[in-house]
Parts: sequence; structure tokens; C-alpha cells
Amino acid sequence: MQDEVQFAGFGGQGIMLIGKLLAHSAMHEGREVCWLPSYGPEMRGGTAYCTVVLADRPIGSPVISNPRYLVVMNRPSLEKFGPMVKTQGAVVINSSLIPISIDRTDIDVLRIPCNDIAVELGDNRVASMVALGALLGYRTLVDLEGIKELVKETFGKKVKVLNINLLALERGFELGRAFRESRQGGQEEQG
Amino acid sequence: MGKKILMKGCEAIGEAAIRAGCKHYFAYPITPQTEVAEYLARRMPEVGGVFLQAESEVAASNMLFGAAGAGVRVFTSSSSPGISLMSEAISYIAAAELPVVFINIVRSGPGLGGILPAQSDYFQATKGGGHGDYRLLVLAPSSVQEAVDLVMTAFTLADRYRNPIMIIGDGMIGQMMEPVEFHDELASEPPEKSGWATVGCKGRDPVIVKTLYLDPVACHKHNVKLKEKADRMVANEVRGERYNCEGDYRLLLVSYGTMARVCKTAIDELKEQGIEVGMYRPISLFPFPILPIRQEANRPHVQAVLSVELSMGQMVEDVERAVLGARPVHFYGMAGGLVPTPDDVTRAIRELL
Amino acid sequence: MFTVFTRPEAMKDNHTHYCPGCTHGIIHRLVAEAIDELGLRERTVGIAPVGCSVLAYNYFNCDFQEAAHGRAPAFATGIKRVRPDLVVFTYQGDGDLASIGTNEILHSANRGEKFTTIFVNNAVYGMTGGQMAPTTMPNQVTTTTPTGRNVKEVGYPIRVSEMLATLRTPAYVARVAVHRPHYVVQAKKAILKAFRYQVANRCFSFVEVLSTCPTNWGKSPKEACDWLEQNMIPYYPLGEHKLPDRDEP
Repeated sequence: MQDEVQFAGFGGQGIMLIGKLLAHSAMHEGREVCWLPSYGPEMRGGTAYCTVVLADRPIGSPVISNPRYLVVMNRPSLEKFGPMVKTQGAVVINSSLIPISIDRTDIDVLRIPCNDIAVELGDNRVASMVALGALLGYRTLVDLEGIKELVKETFGKKVKVLNINLLALERGFELGRAFRESRQGGQEEQG
Repeated sequence: MGKKILMKGCEAIGEAAIRAGCKHYFAYPITPQTEVAEYLARRMPEVGGVFLQAESEVAASNMLFGAAGAGVRVFTSSSSPGISLMSEAISYIAAAELPVVFINIVRSGPGLGGILPAQSDYFQATKGGGHGDYRLLVLAPSSVQEAVDLVMTAFTLADRYRNPIMIIGDGMIGQMMEPVEFHDELASEPPEKSGWATVGCKGRDPVIVKTLYLDPVACHKHNVKLKEKADRMVANEVRGERYNCEGDYRLLLVSYGTMARVCKTAIDELKEQGIEVGMYRPISLFPFPILPIRQEANRPHVQAVLSVELSMGQMVEDVERAVLGARPVHFYGMAGGLVPTPDDVTRAIRELL
Repeated sequence: MFTVFTRPEAMKDNHTHYCPGCTHGIIHRLVAEAIDELGLRERTVGIAPVGCSVLAYNYFNCDFQEAAHGRAPAFATGIKRVRPDLVVFTYQGDGDLASIGTNEILHSANRGEKFTTIFVNNAVYGMTGGQMAPTTMPNQVTTTTPTGRNVKEVGYPIRVSEMLATLRTPAYVARVAVHRPHYVVQAKKAILKAFRYQVANRCFSFVEVLSTCPTNWGKSPKEACDWLEQNMIPYYPLGEHKLPDRDEP
């Protein structure tokens, strides 16, 4: 069993961080993990992305051209990586900054207003946490509680920042779960 | 044995060196391995070690040379163009028979090239780089854990052979994060160096660390000695891994580093489709695993051999040397920072079968 | 009976390969005397350059390393950083230090590395047979400047001591000569001072020694001394160019 997630957005949107949180958390659950960033000039202002591979046996290629899951925080990332997602996969789109969607029926598309929710919570920077939460609500790649523990370690004594990050994760998680449940409901109706 | 921690390759390499008892690092920043320097700038003071950012790779490598001559464990890290600048010192260090560990996190060349992963320094690492008859012992990890283990092994080998050792990894080995464990017991104690290190001549005749041999007979003898050392490496230090070589596979892949991991995924995918492909992954690039590859290539069910590299075809020359014409040897690779996907490799394999 | 003159302990009992009239021998001796007088021989490491003095380790009676061309200051940095208890000096000529090795000497000085450099400036490449050095005088004839150094094409000679003296980092920088006995006395004082600064862990110390090369200058030893006096000293003024205590604001 292997899952691949690609996170993409502008540099500074917290892309690398949410990828590392996922990788760390999966490692704590005893899985094999590999986190591979884009590096070099792309780190400076352009599209930043990282891929996380989670597996139950030693990971072969760390280079993933067709991830199962994609989380995009800006429009260029959706346009660049959206077509690459595996059939039966899913994409989480930050609809606050991405007015368009993707013309694919073979994948699930979650439109989550990450920045709007972040602003509502009081800190624009937690938009990526909303996105990560939404992914985990949609598909339980790792336990949300494990991620929360890591966030607590990361932000430590900055209580206000920590709380906003935890709330962001939870808000995203609820939206992701609601999407999944509505999909399952829909499939059952169709069946 | 410690617990698993998630570390970036570059940082894990720096930590592994410290765990191996190396407290001295001289280097110059270059992408994609500057994180080694950044990590050690923080860590070396914590362990009472020396971190120095030199004015160039030329200076850094000669600082290593001097410090190694004074009998301490030293290492540096750089990337392709930086290694070219260090190649002068590498030749001298090999000639002076000093233990130094070099890390090359390879980017694409030639020239300034690009900063993305490549394996285009295979020739430079295994066939020279610097001038003269010398050999580097070259080790190529394919995961962060293996990079950690090989860095620790490298210091032991450097001491054992009194020779520079090179760890060569493509940019991904430096940049990716994977879980690692540090096996402290792998680090050997540095051997007694008082006989050859310049630590002051109290109670003995002066020691001279030098590489000049104006007398041709003496210079020849020195070269013979270095050759005998290389022969000992060939006899004792071949390292490699077989993958899916148990059954009657039809094609033998030879691939190393991250590229070998991509090949493993391709092999797994083909297996599901009923196509059996085996792989030999050299871990030591010098000494090259000539005999194991020859043995695999000569198995009756093997139709051909395919060398898969992030280059325009460098290791393939050693693969040909190993196979010695017994089977056709093919090459598949990309350069410039492009990394073939498992699907790309699968297609290349299907074309041969 | 008592001894009035003897070989310093820091020198081996070997004949040097230097040409008649060359002042390397005097400079070697001054360094060896300084090492002996300060009692440093058993913890000293010398770094030999590439050039005429590449074989310096055959004459000095202490541990030695032979550097790649121009890299002696990097060697010294490496040794001194990992073994600050050792006394480290480089012995370099003008091709080694002022041409191929400018980067290493400049940055070692600027970092304030606590080693000593003896820089022998004889205005010509000796070992390779008399080619132009960065310190070759204007209009001086060498094998690669057969009509004399043309400063319009290759610039003026580099004054290394003055250049290093401009660095903000504290250092001891002096220029001396050894072609007349009274200069030798001054040179000895400067070399001693340089090693003292190192032993006190005070600063980088640098002594430039103007030297003759009768062979490649095409002069007798006496003519060479006169030529140095008349041509080099006006361009390369002697004296202490920088003292660590004379800190600039």
C-alpha cells in the first residue's frame, strides 16, 4: 500500500511545513516515508512544491510524477499539477485564491476556501493547515491527533498561534469529512 | 541504536560525520548541499568541533589537507563544480596518503549546468578528476539511511587505507527527508597517527607530509604502493545489492543511487504484469562490482543488460567491462536534472524484450 | 674554549640546494633561530610552498607539510584550527603567495588566522628559471618579459605587505631585507616578533623579506645586493606596515 501526496503553492504559503507534518506523523505511525522538496530557484517566489510518499514497505522511487492526492494553494500549481493526479485520486483546491476548477471527472475535487477560513480564525498564515486538515478529513492518511501533537511541538509555548493552527486543522478536517460523507451518500443513492 | 528521526539527507550526512567522531569541517557553500554547512555551523560548536566557511573550494580542500596531515578526522561536502575545484587537492591528498572524506551531492553538468539531480560525475569520481595514478574509494547511497551508514563507514575506510573516500549522491539524496537511525557503534576509533601526522617532533625525528618525488625510481615505487592499495580495495571493498535476482529473470538492470530506486519501482510494476527483471545496484562505484555483475549477466536466462543512469552513459562503460561481451549491454538515461519515472524505465525495458 | 657560532637546533645538518648568493639560506636560519630562541621546535609545523623553497623540509628540523601551489595559508589554517596548540608557519615565495595564492593569503589574513607567514620576495620566479613574478620591478627583464616588464600591459608590481595592511582585522605585517648585515639584524627582530604574536595567540603575523636571485637576475651576488638596494627598497619600503595594537576605529 502506497500513498503519494503532492503539496504545491507559492513560496511562503507553508507548503513545505504541511508536507513535513504529514511525513513526520506517518513515520511516528511506523510507516515508511519520503519527503522530497522542489529546490533551487523555485524556492524563491515561484511555485514551491513537495511530495510525500507514505508506504508499508521500503519506498522505491521518491520521484512521483502522478500523485494520488494533490493539494494546491495557488492557481499556477493547479494548472501545472492538476492534470498529473492519478485516476481515482483527489485534489484539494484553495478556492479562496483559485477561481477556476479542474475539468476532470475521474478524480474527487474538494474546493476549500482555505484563506477565507484562515482570516476568519484571525491569521492568514494558517491557510495551509486548513488544506492539510481537509485532506485528512477526506482520507485518513494519518491520525489527526498525531498531527496535532506535532503542531503542539512545533509552536510550543506560543499559545495563541498554536490554538489558531489547531482550529484551522479542525475546520479543514470537518470540511474534508463532510465532502467524503456526501460522496459516499451519493454513491449509495446511485447504487 | 537510536530512535527513528525524520531528517533531510544533507543534515543527516552532517550528523553522521559527527557521530563518526569527525569534529572538523571546512567547506564552501554550493547548491544542492549547502544545508550540510548550515547544519554543521550550528552543530560543530555544540560538540566542541571546528566549522569554517572557506573562501573557496580550493581553500577548503587544502585546509582539509593540512588538518588531515595534523592527524585529525576531517571531511567536506560540495557539489560538482566545487568538486572540480577540489580535484587538485584530492590528487595531492591521495598522493600524501591522508584520510579525508569528501561528499559530492551531484548536480547536472558540465560547466555550471543546473542544480537538479544527476549522476554525471561518475567518471570524475571513479576515473580521476585530479591528475596522476590514484584511486578514490567511491560509495553511492540510495537512501538517507544508507547515506548515514556509508558516511560512518567512509571514515573507517579512510583510516584503514589512508586514502580519500568519496560519497557520491545525486541532489535528491541531499534534499529529501527520510527516517534515519544512527548506529553509533559503526564508528571505529581513529588509529594511532603519531607515526605520520605533523603534531610536533617532540621525542622523535621530524615528520614530513609531502608529495614531491623528484627521483623517478622513488616516484615509481610510490605509485606502485598506491596501486597495491587500490588492489586491496578491489579485493576487499566491493559493495552492492541484488534486487529480484532469485528467479529466471530475462533482463539485468544495473543502476545506482536514487535512479536504482526508480528502477525498483519499475521492476515491481513489471512483475505484476508477469515480466521478470533483475537488478544489481553497485554501492561501491570504485571498486566497481565487476564479478557480481558478470556472474548475474552470465546466468542462462539473462538476455541482455541495461545500465540506467542520470547521465548520458558513464557507468555503462564499467558495466561493459564487467559483462565482457557475454550479453548485449544497453544504456538508458537522462541528464540535465531530468529523472526518469518508473514508467519511463518500464518503456525502456519493454523495448528490449 | 667556547662556542661562538653553531647551527640552530631547528636546522638540519644538510647542504642546501640554493644558488650561490641566494638569501634563502639566511632567511631559513633567521626563522630557525627564532624558533629555537622561543623554544618552539617540538611543537612547530612548517608549510613548504611550491617554488625554490619547496624542499625547505630538508633543512628545517621540525615537522613539515608540503602544500599545493599557493595553498600554504589554507594548510596552515586547517592545522591551526584543529590543533591551536601547535605553532604553524608558512614559508612562501612571490609566485606562490602573490600570484597563484593571493586568495588564500588574503583571506587567511582577513580571518586573523593565528599563524605566521614568511614571504620571500625576490621579484622573479626562481625555480622555473626566471619568469616574471607579480612583484617583478617595472622594466625588469625576465624570460617572459624579454624587453622588460611593461606596466601598461601587465600592471605594476604588487605590494603585498601594504595590501594586507589595509585589512581591518588586526595583524602584524612587516617588510625587511637581508642583503646587508644591519638589515639582517632588523629582519631577525621582525621574525621573532611575528612568532611571539602567534605564541600569544594575538593575530596573524606576516614578514615579507626582500631577497636576491643573482642567478635569474643575471648578476653577481654583490651586484644583486646593490640592485635590490637601489631598485627594490624604494618601491618596497621597509618597516612595520601594521601592528595589531594600532587598531583602526
